[in-house]
Amino acid sequence: MAAIVATYGRIRDQLRDYQQLAGQFFSGPGIFLLFLGLGLWALIGRTDAFVIGVVTGSVLALGAIGLTLLYGVLKFAHFAHGDSMMLAAYLAFFALTGVVVGERTDTELLPWTLSDLPAATKPILGLSFGYGLLIAMAIAGVIMAVLFVVLDRLVYRPLRRRGSGIVIFAIASLGIAIAMRSLMLIFWSSFGRFYVPGIRPTTDLPFGIRILTDQIFIFWSALVLAPLIYLILFRTRLGKAMRAMADNPDLALVSGINTDRIVIWTWVIGGALVGIAGVMLALQAQLKPELGFVLLLPLFASTILGGIGSPQGAFVGAMVIGITEEVAVTLGFLSPGYKFSVAFVILILMLFLRPRGLFGAKT
Amino acid sequence: MKLPTALSGASLKGRLKGERLITPVTVLVITAAVVLMPAERSNWDANGVISFLTFFATFVAIYAIFTLGLNVQWGYTGVFNFGVMAFFLVGANAAAIITKGPANTEYVRYVGGFGDRLAFLPFLDSDQWLPFLFGIAGAAVFAGVLAFLLSIPALRLREDYLAIATIGIAELLRRVTIEERGLVNGTRGLTGIPRPLGELVSTANYKYVMLAIAVATLVLVYLAIEWGIRSPWGRVLRALREDELTTAASGKNVFAFKSQGFVVGAMIMGIGGAIYAYANGAVSPDTFTHFFGTFIFWAMLMVGGSGNNKGAILGAYVVWGFWTITLQLQGYTSEHPGPLGFALPDAVQSRIFFIRDFLLGTLIVVVLLLRPQGLVPEERRVSIWVERHAKRVRAVPPAPDEQAASSSD
Repeated sequence: MAAIVATYGRIRDQLRDYQQLAGQFFSGPGIFLLFLGLGLWALIGRTDAFVIGVVTGSVLALGAIGLTLLYGVLKFAHFAHGDSMMLAAYLAFFALTGVVVGERTDTELLPWTLSDLPAATKPILGLSFGYGLLIAMAIAGVIMAVLFVVLDRLVYRPLRRRGSGIVIFAIASLGIAIAMRSLMLIFWSSFGRFYVPGIRPTTDLPFGIRILTDQIFIFWSALVLAPLIYLILFRTRLGKAMRAMADNPDLALVSGINTDRIVIWTWVIGGALVGIAGVMLALQAQLKPELGFVLLLPLFASTILGGIGSPQGAFVGAMVIGITEEVAVTLGFLSPGYKFSVAFVILILMLFLRPRGLFGAKT
Repeated sequence: MKLPTALSGASLKGRLKGERLITPVTVLVITAAVVLMPAERSNWDANGVISFLTFFATFVAIYAIFTLGLNVQWGYTGVFNFGVMAFFLVGANAAAIITKGPANTEYVRYVGGFGDRLAFLPFLDSDQWLPFLFGIAGAAVFAGVLAFLLSIPALRLREDYLAIATIGIAELLRRVTIEERGLVNGTRGLTGIPRPLGELVSTANYKYVMLAIAVATLVLVYLAIEWGIRSPWGRVLRALREDELTTAASGKNVFAFKSQGFVVGAMIMGIGGAIYAYANGAVSPDTFTHFFGTFIFWAMLMVGGSGNNKGAILGAYVVWGFWTITLQLQGYTSEHPGPLGFALPDAVQSRIFFIRDFLLGTLIVVVLLLRPQGLVPEERRVSIWVERHAKRVRAVPPAPDEQAASSSD
């Protein structure tokens, strides 16, 4: 009996050693080599899948940048992020067209919409939409920022003051997510919508790949926003204060940082990002209330893979997940119904091997 | 993470008089609406109302079983499970495929189907009840094994990671049931699940049998949990929830106890899933959404009061009552107005389900903010021995110097 126990203990210790070794390997160049290898192979083997993966990754990245910021600074899993993105997309849609579901069919509610601006819907730069959508996106971002700040005042701040655990925040944000999705269903019903109906312009890339011009736009906006948030976090006073708060809120407070104001700024930036990410999501896929929640798991996977609180990590994580998903499905490893499980498997692996993520700070 | 008890949060508001009335008033309003609305709709036809209330009570009992399971996991053990749907799904499907006969047509494919072979006991007309016991036991075992396998990696995770991981597991299982067509018949789901004790009474009266089965299961589960939670085992779970480190320092294996709490909760959910499958007679993958399979049970537990089994049952009653009332409200159209010409505007009437979801999402936030302890707060004393001892001590009038000590009790 004693021998069995001793053997069991030895095997367990051995396994723990292996787990640590694997963790070290992944924290070293291993993980980069792995993903680089996969990426290169996908790039050469199935360039079309790779390109689509980059586009999927861009949409994920836009959402994950905001999520990682909120998660890092405010220290709770914002389960309403996916639904917030979709709500922002619908708000932009409303600002652009003024359409809501009426008694039986769609009705225009607003007497004046952005579409009434001169040439607002005339396509620009070869894209499918005009500058009206960009203004609508800005409006959606502002509304979401205000909504986030209001929700923080009404819900999250009282919970914070009471010293609630992360679980209570998670339940509260899930309740808000459900409420947001129901609002979308109430006002815009459940069928899919598009900003611009009809065939959209495409662009030919090398190797005979043809993608929507909108998708290139999505990629560029992710490529611009990730460094922008990085600069805000690491090159401004506000960002410094945010990082200080992420490290230790009490210490930040006694160092003379107005943590209350930092919280508001975090929500404002988060809201603006949600506005942009939501519109991009709707451009890539469509406007559909259920899409927000579906996106939640890949969003969290990207955030945790990249390291919570790191915008560059969120970008890389989102790209890895986007590319792996598309390549796995295109090459026939997975049936499309299991696409999301890629994100899930990566998430679980990451949580065990390297919970702080690729770019996360050591704790 | 500490549960908000009566001590925190609402302690100041608790002194206001209205606070004590919230629970009875809520229950009264829900009960009145659940009884009076269908009565009014059916022109005060007693049979119709009784039939409606029977179905209502059956489903309250079933959802209360789930909520009790969640209460064991979250309210007592402090394990955060956002994937209740996973155990619901496993329990319902396991019970269905164990009880049904083998699949025999091209369009219906599923594994299992032992129903005909399970009635091997020669006494007491066992084909009437034995397969269903196997079904329920199988559902509990499958859910328990799943929970055990999950608990090995998942319980070592931080709470927020655990939440994300359990959502992922639930989603994965849902996809598996849909994608693997031969497993539980894919998107079509399983229909024609035999009814427990179905041959005993006529179809018209069968609903009372189902109600009895659901309530009996609920009572058994309730008594088992109450017994378990008042035992030393239960006190370790609650100690764990309050402070893992101190519990570990007292020589308790934290992981083992957490895992046990998680598995027991999951098995109860599996039983709930089995009774659901029997009561419904069919299992459809459409049932297993994150909203209906997970969130609604969280709403029930938070509204009722986590950490209290009575609260969990009351929460199931209140939330399901609210759910049913909105369904009834849908009947008040402009063609069929209610009393005093009450009718919902068409715009509201066509969206009543979405509005209900909105209200439920808002409700959980409001409960968290204003009454974090729920309708029935957690009891602070859980040992029957303390209770008996306290009764014996109180029976003897205390000496003057003891009075000061016991008044702080």
